[in-house]
Amino acid sequence: MNVSRRTKFDRLGALLALFALIALVFMPFVVAKANRIVPGTSLGLLAAVPLSTAIGVIAAVLVAACVAVIVASPGLRLASATLAVVIVSLAVAAAGSALTPLGNKVVRIAPGSGFWLLLCSLGLMATDAITRLRPGPLLRVVLLLAFVGIALAAFAHGTFDHLSVMREYAVNATRFSHEIAQHLWLALGSLGTAVVVALPLGVLCHRVPRLRGAVLGTLNLIQTIPAIALFGILMAPLAALATAYPLAAALGIRGIGTAPAIIALFLYSLLPVVANTVLGLRRVSPAAVEAARGMGMTPAQILKSIELPLALPVILTGIRIVLVQNIGLVAIAALIGAGGLGTFIFQGIGQTAIDLVLLGAVPTVTLAFSAAVLLDALIEAMDRTRP
Amino acid sequence: MISIENLSKQYGTARVVDDVSMTIDPHTITVIVGTSGSGKSTLLRMINRLVEPTSGRVLIDGADTAGEPAHLLRRRIGYAIQSHGLFPHRTVAENIATVPELLRWERARIRGRVEELLTVFQLDPATYADKFPHQLSGGQQQRVGVARALAAEPNVLLMDEPFGALDPIIRGKAQEDLLDIHRRYGTTVILVTHDMDEAFRLGDRIAVMSAGKVLQYDRPAVLLTQPADPFVARMTGSADRALKLLSLTNVSEAAKPGTAPGPPIPESASLRDALSELMWRGTESAGVIDASGQPAGCVTIEAILAHGRAH
Repeated sequence: MNVSRRTKFDRLGALLALFALIALVFMPFVVAKANRIVPGTSLGLLAAVPLSTAIGVIAAVLVAACVAVIVASPGLRLASATLAVVIVSLAVAAAGSALTPLGNKVVRIAPGSGFWLLLCSLGLMATDAITRLRPGPLLRVVLLLAFVGIALAAFAHGTFDHLSVMREYAVNATRFSHEIAQHLWLALGSLGTAVVVALPLGVLCHRVPRLRGAVLGTLNLIQTIPAIALFGILMAPLAALATAYPLAAALGIRGIGTAPAIIALFLYSLLPVVANTVLGLRRVSPAAVEAARGMGMTPAQILKSIELPLALPVILTGIRIVLVQNIGLVAIAALIGAGGLGTFIFQGIGQTAIDLVLLGAVPTVTLAFSAAVLLDALIEAMDRTRP
Repeated sequence: MISIENLSKQYGTARVVDDVSMTIDPHTITVIVGTSGSGKSTLLRMINRLVEPTSGRVLIDGADTAGEPAHLLRRRIGYAIQSHGLFPHRTVAENIATVPELLRWERARIRGRVEELLTVFQLDPATYADKFPHQLSGGQQQRVGVARALAAEPNVLLMDEPFGALDPIIRGKAQEDLLDIHRRYGTTVILVTHDMDEAFRLGDRIAVMSAGKVLQYDRPAVLLTQPADPFVARMTGSADRALKLLSLTNVSEAAKPGTAPGPPIPESASLRDALSELMWRGTESAGVIDASGQPAGCVTIEAILAHGRAH
């Protein structure tokens, strides 16, 4: 009885373990290139790192795979998967150091598809284990901070300095911090202005049902315009505005750059916040509102202390959608010169330098993921009515 | 005292409440009973102006309720509804403190009042004050709803089908509690229900409504013995009306001088309960004692039955 409870065949675990083993055995662990744009040579794990390191990696991955398939305890699953992630990451860093001739800054050692697939499967094993642990909102934030903190410490320490992405980073270090700040400013600035407009608009739509259809219909229509097209549509009128009014130009309004990006992101942000505000307010128990009225609360007091607090979790869900969506969309805004991490992605594509693409893409994904975790935790912490 | 004068409410062509006048004595429980759509809820909601009358007026202690802003009026009048309407994001204590907070009472006074009410409603403050509504049973939620309505010591308490969502056993207990509360605070209660038994159980006076009109407004016994209208007769004329009548009368009304063997019956018990007790014992009579436990004569089955006959 006890044995069967502690060990259980796990289908998801088996699938991830299978992926990890395929990555380990059949796929290149790193790709070595003579310089940043020529095609490189694929190297398996044994060819890429010293034997002792390879044995460590194989052992860690095998343990994590076995645990993922048969062990039920989420704590053990998390520990083995996390340990494997750390060892695999250190191994790829070691491969970078081992394969780079001393003082050579032209050779590029890039993580191969095998490494990425390993990282992915092991990472999914770890997140699956975290989900099974059902951590509270605070613990989830702590886990996120720990993960980001450890990664940043490793980067600061120079652990990964010999890898190709970090080579690109070394070249672009000052621009990188500027672009990441610009990226956040575009995403958060458009979100902030959208919330200031969308919240009252949502309350209005809730109070005046006739308005609801028209407003939500219009915002839906905006949502269907592809991002690139919307940037394009905004270019002409903004350029005309800047030409006609020097003051507008002095304020930084131009056909390209930050202004059209913020406006487009603002427009995209409206629908989720307005729709969720309306939905959240509609979900408020009519009996609670009736009782509040019957006890002598004014309409403003009912909105402030009953309706909005009760609708807040749903409204925050809308804000979470917008934030994650915007962090992704800002990458595209680089096309119209708005800056942000997308700059690296499009430059990388232009130069067929995949490492530069990764320098833009990996932080974008990390930012979006962190924003989702943080806001989910906030929403759960705020919802006092959850049974 | 509450005076309702020629009160009407019209929605489009429908006259939901039609020229209702009635006077409600202080410290009494008045029950407005009627079928759904009779206008009873609308009538109640015009007293605290959740519904504004089309014509007519309501006076509380001589002052026209239209003379002050509606939200200030409502803070002086308790209001409890069927689905209790507790605020799900606020604790029990915060819910009860709603109106005192609106009236800006001092913190210590609010805390004292919340504890007092929780104790009165048999909810231990240490256990329940910081719980959320969803952690309570249906009966407890309903009690908190009534406690919240009474928090700011209103002279008048309006209740709109307050026990409608409760199962029969819990409902009986809640009705008992309401009578206790009424005895303790002397609040003037106006309660709307569709349940005639509830009306007879609680009401000092009962108003029977149909199609927007009050057909009869009188003491329960009068409704039984002298229905003013065929509809009232139908509403009150169930097979157990004789027993209902007995349940409205105290043993003291039927007691005669004398003594009888066996355990005595309190004079505050209803004749219905006394009859049941005598039948169970298989005796013809029993002694009666007053509230202080002193003998107060005796009561016989024959005397009880005489009170249950239509006069």
